[in-house]
Amino acid sequence: MRTIQEINEKIKSGKVVVLTAEEVIDLVEKKGANEAFNEVDVVTTATFGPMCSSAAYFNIGHSKPRIKLGGGKATLNGIPCHAGLAAVDLFLGANALAEDDPRNSVYPGEFQYGGGHLIQDLVSGKNIVLEANAYGTDCYPRKYLKTYLNINDINEAVLFNIRNCYQNYNVAVNTSDRLIYTYMGILRPKLGNANYCSAGSLSPLLNDPFYKTIGIGTKIFLGGATGFISWWGTQHNPCVERTKKGLPKYPAGTLALIGDLKNMSVEWLIGTSMVGYGVTLSVGVGVPIPILNEEILSYTAVKDEDIVAPIVDYSCDYPQRENKVLGFVDYAQLKSGEIELNGKKIPTGSLSSIRKAREIADTLKDWIQKGKFTLTEAAERIPSSDSSYKFKPLKEKKVENEKD
Amino acid sequence: MKKIKIVLHFPHKSVDKPIVHHLVKDFNLEFNILKAEVNPEEEGVMVLELTGDDKDYKRGIDYLKKEGVSVQLLSQDVSMDRSKCVDCTICVPLCPTQALVKDPDTAIVSFIKDKCIACGICLRACPYGAMKIEF
Repeated sequence: MRTIQEINEKIKSGKVVVLTAEEVIDLVEKKGANEAFNEVDVVTTATFGPMCSSAAYFNIGHSKPRIKLGGGKATLNGIPCHAGLAAVDLFLGANALAEDDPRNSVYPGEFQYGGGHLIQDLVSGKNIVLEANAYGTDCYPRKYLKTYLNINDINEAVLFNIRNCYQNYNVAVNTSDRLIYTYMGILRPKLGNANYCSAGSLSPLLNDPFYKTIGIGTKIFLGGATGFISWWGTQHNPCVERTKKGLPKYPAGTLALIGDLKNMSVEWLIGTSMVGYGVTLSVGVGVPIPILNEEILSYTAVKDEDIVAPIVDYSCDYPQRENKVLGFVDYAQLKSGEIELNGKKIPTGSLSSIRKAREIADTLKDWIQKGKFTLTEAAERIPSSDSSYKFKPLKEKKVENEKD
Repeated sequence: MKKIKIVLHFPHKSVDKPIVHHLVKDFNLEFNILKAEVNPEEEGVMVLELTGDDKDYKRGIDYLKKEGVSVQLLSQDVSMDRSKCVDCTICVPLCPTQALVKDPDTAIVSFIKDKCIACGICLRACPYGAMKIEF
């Protein structure tokens, strides 16, 4: 047994031993969890990939005379922001597109610039054009504002991702006769390729499958800076079927993350264009796992071959919400570049970057070893497999008479 | 000996002729079809890699032109901007000639230009705009 407080004392005295989620596999394999427990204090996990439910909010400061953007309309570089908050607070989603973006009207759309790219531009220090229309009040008389904004001049600029770090994810294939464009990339007809999106054995929630250390308030690496887990993520689904080792066989847990955009870097926040689908933001996240006991250590020794993911047909089953799975495949096979389904060999591609995830796990390890980053105790656990928490589909109800 | 990549445009009237066959039979040229398609106007487009003697190559090209086939060198140049590539590998299974490959140890994607036939699918597939084409 070991406490977070003890680990933090070791960090301060420079005696902490940190391994990445890949490095710890060998240690546990060689020495077993009991002996290895004495040789590692922290394991770093990481992931880098498109995270569609990324967003940011800003407080731009008050103009003279004052304007009330709330209830009005505002765009940043032509990308509409949500102006339903107070006078000068704006909320921007990574999937937002300019009104005049052709979208998929010329199929497949290119989606060259959107909310994700705007967040990247802001973080890089570029000037951004704000244009806003308001209705005017006695206390906020101004009705129009057009100005450059810079991240260094505005008050708050906060990255707020309502769903990140999916614990496992679908492997996307296409059984139809036509090439399709999806959020999982371009899918060739007749099982021409299979795309996945998880860092596998490096992925945060696959190293702590029951969320025993990762919880609300956990301090993390987010976009190159320090961030925090603010809540569980949307679509959190901890009660799906699991393997004997407790690993979910389907997309399961998710996290909501928050952090100061002003300290982040474009190396870890990149605007992303998915042809025929839309725009999003690729985000780098690193989560430290304090090795409090042998059980937690054994979870972090998870290997790619232990984790299985469902193969889902994105030509019909996914869009029609048929809960059909064509088969299961493990991440060692996925990462090898080729899987087999019904006797057919299918080349694989990933949306999640292992190279970037490794860099994040190494960076976080370095921060902890140098005493720049200490660990936090979760303020509250997120719902786990013993809860009754469920990700429900929409129950559509016919609207009979809209006037009622 | 010469090894060269060319783009052939076949007019509607010659799509059903065994023209490529003659390149082998009459001019001793070895060919490798890199890309072939017939568009809705029934014109054919083919990207070929031809290998053969200099003299045979010239005679072969003259034959193609006489048959009404337009011949261009494959001069489109695809390149990878390493500073934009995040090594996600989403392009790798899409590349028809394995010009984009992942190193199994480093998980880094490299672009092997010699294998590229400039089909352009990687340009569409890359979410980060790391692939470029120049004419």
